[in-house]
Amino acid sequence: MAKDIKTTAERMAMLPADIPRDAVIVTRNLKREYVMGSEVVRALQGVDITIRRNELVAIMGPSGSGKSTLMNMIGCLDTPSEGEYWLNGHRVSELDDDALARIRNKEIGFVFQTFNLLPRATALANVELPMVYAGASGKERRQKAEHALEQVGLGNRMDHRPNELSGGQRQRVAIARALVNNPSIILADEPTGNLDSATSVEIMALFETLHDQGQTIILVTHEPDIAAHAKRQIVLRDGKVESDGSTLVEVSA
Amino acid sequence: MMIGETIRVAFQSIRANKLRAMLTMLGVIIGVAAVITVVAMGTGAQRSVEARINSLGANLIQIQAGQDRFAGVAREGGAPLTTDDADALLREVSSITAVVPEMSRNQQVVSGNQNINVSVVGTTANYPDARNYTITHGAMFTDGDNGSRQRYAVVGSEVPKMLDVPPAAIIGRTITIRAIPFEVIGVLSEKGSQGWQNPDEQILIPLNTARYRVMGTDRLRSIAVTVAEDVPQEQAMVDLERIMRREHKIRPGGVNDFQIRSPREFLATAEETTKTFSALLLSIAGVSLLVGGIGIMNIMLVSVTERTKEIGIRKALGATKIVIMGQFLIEALVLCLTGGALGIVLGWVMSQVVSDKLGWTTEISPTAVMVAFGFSAFVGLFFGLWPARRAAGLDPIQALRYE
Ligand SMILES: Nc1ncnc2c1ncn2[C@@H]1O[C@H](COP(=O)(O)OP(=O)(O)O)[C@@H](O)[C@H]1O
Ligand SMILES: [Mg+2]
Repeated sequence: MAKDIKTTAERMAMLPADIPRDAVIVTRNLKREYVMGSEVVRALQGVDITIRRNELVAIMGPSGSGKSTLMNMIGCLDTPSEGEYWLNGHRVSELDDDALARIRNKEIGFVFQTFNLLPRATALANVELPMVYAGASGKERRQKAEHALEQVGLGNRMDHRPNELSGGQRQRVAIARALVNNPSIILADEPTGNLDSATSVEIMALFETLHDQGQTIILVTHEPDIAAHAKRQIVLRDGKVESDGSTLVEVSA
Repeated sequence: MMIGETIRVAFQSIRANKLRAMLTMLGVIIGVAAVITVVAMGTGAQRSVEARINSLGANLIQIQAGQDRFAGVAREGGAPLTTDDADALLREVSSITAVVPEMSRNQQVVSGNQNINVSVVGTTANYPDARNYTITHGAMFTDGDNGSRQRYAVVGSEVPKMLDVPPAAIIGRTITIRAIPFEVIGVLSEKGSQGWQNPDEQILIPLNTARYRVMGTDRLRSIAVTVAEDVPQEQAMVDLERIMRREHKIRPGGVNDFQIRSPREFLATAEETTKTFSALLLSIAGVSLLVGGIGIMNIMLVSVTERTKEIGIRKALGATKIVIMGQFLIEALVLCLTGGALGIVLGWVMSQVVSDKLGWTTEISPTAVMVAFGFSAFVGLFFGLWPARRAAGLDPIQALRYE
């Protein structure tokens, strides 16, 4: 990975001229096809989006419109069938598995609908996990994980296991885990999908606080009142961007 | 950096499934314990054979009447071993330093109102030296006593007990052998039972006394010969055979009517037997380790499937393939090495039991411990590899979706 030697600024300078220098995410004609036997499912059919530093973006669209596929692509969990994708100037479309794993570790913080915490590990151990793979020392891990848990308001629940926490608290642990390696971007795929509306509001308030502190966040939702927390909404339909702007369009989920 | 963390996670997941881990390790435990015990028994057997031979005299060659058992069924009718043979050997074979003829028969021995049946051996004064005995009380009879056919007896260490007399008090007592009175003049040191016979339950009398006063024959049971220090045993055996054949007038090509045995030969046979025995049991142990390894592979595969979601989470958070692979390999390794360690403990306990309950000398061999431990590490790595590769190769998205 010779590219890693360069600074982000140097990498950004090498991007096409029409791309803003503070773009965290740039996709060009991004496509993803799944081959199911003789059938080909076109989950993404050419998506062009640019997301700048410190944006809070909601991705919306009906079920099956390709939201999760796009998030997986942005999160480097999956690679496009076609098209290009730059994350912080890294041309992700040409990286190998291990390089993708390192990018997921350093640049990306995931928040999932089903929390995806390790059931046997304490809140603290769960939050420490990304730093284990970053190779941080035990002391540093502990300090940063404690700090992240305090940030999400769980300073007094560090030694609890997921099954000893409520849904909202679990999602807070997941958010602390996403934050802890200080990523370029936080990706949340329907983070409130498994939560009641009161808890959803609390979680959204937490995302807004993080955004106010300068964090770049993309979140997927099909609930307009959740999406309303974001200044920019991107609506997908049938694997294409239907609308991208600051006015909330009515979606039929 | 991550190794410590990975080992911790491995122990954690083993602890979470204690019973399963235990059952998984059973094959390895049994295999390793078997290796340790078998080698301990083999080494012990080796040691006790060596010790026994040393106690009998390591450079003592034994000549007996009768054909070599390998040449067919030993039969009566060949020339017996006689005192003349012993005299000829002493006269003509230069590579030997001592000849100890033995004429022995079980006899009724009476002392006071005690009546016992023991082996009475007519022999020469050099018997204790050649056979590594010392005299604990009194003295051995002399060549002069032999020449003058004295009725002196030197008794084995068990005999005073059998006659119900303290060893010190038996000196000077009169015992009768076949109603002939003998004076006890010495007590031999203890040898310990040799299995088929107890050399401590015998009575030595001068050869000539035995020949002319008790047994009335010149037939010997055996002749023991001490080889000179600087002469190879093989050389001495060739010399002995040549003189014996001449004495017994055996024509060239004729079959020997006597046997010449060296303790080394016996040792070699014993070694062969132990080796065959060990090889057999070790292959059983090997199979058991193999089965143990397959058990571990099976459980690791189940574990990978069960933990698909966990693998997905770890990958999403930045675990590379090698890290995931390392995690599962280390888990297999920890299982195997824990099994190996428990196996070593069990093997040690079993060796103790074998030596305590069966009276079989055992000796734990450090090499066997290391080999068994090393082999269980190998089993862990070998059988852990496939499941670990499978875990590492999982697609993160599919793994995350797995319920
Ligand atoms: N692994 C897969 N294999 C085959 N088809 C898939 C796979 N993942 C998603 N799809 C299909 O791609 C389309 C988009 O799915 P997804 O991105 O999950 O939609 P959303 O998150 O918007 O509901 C759907 O038609 C879905 O069935
Ligand atoms: Mg989805």
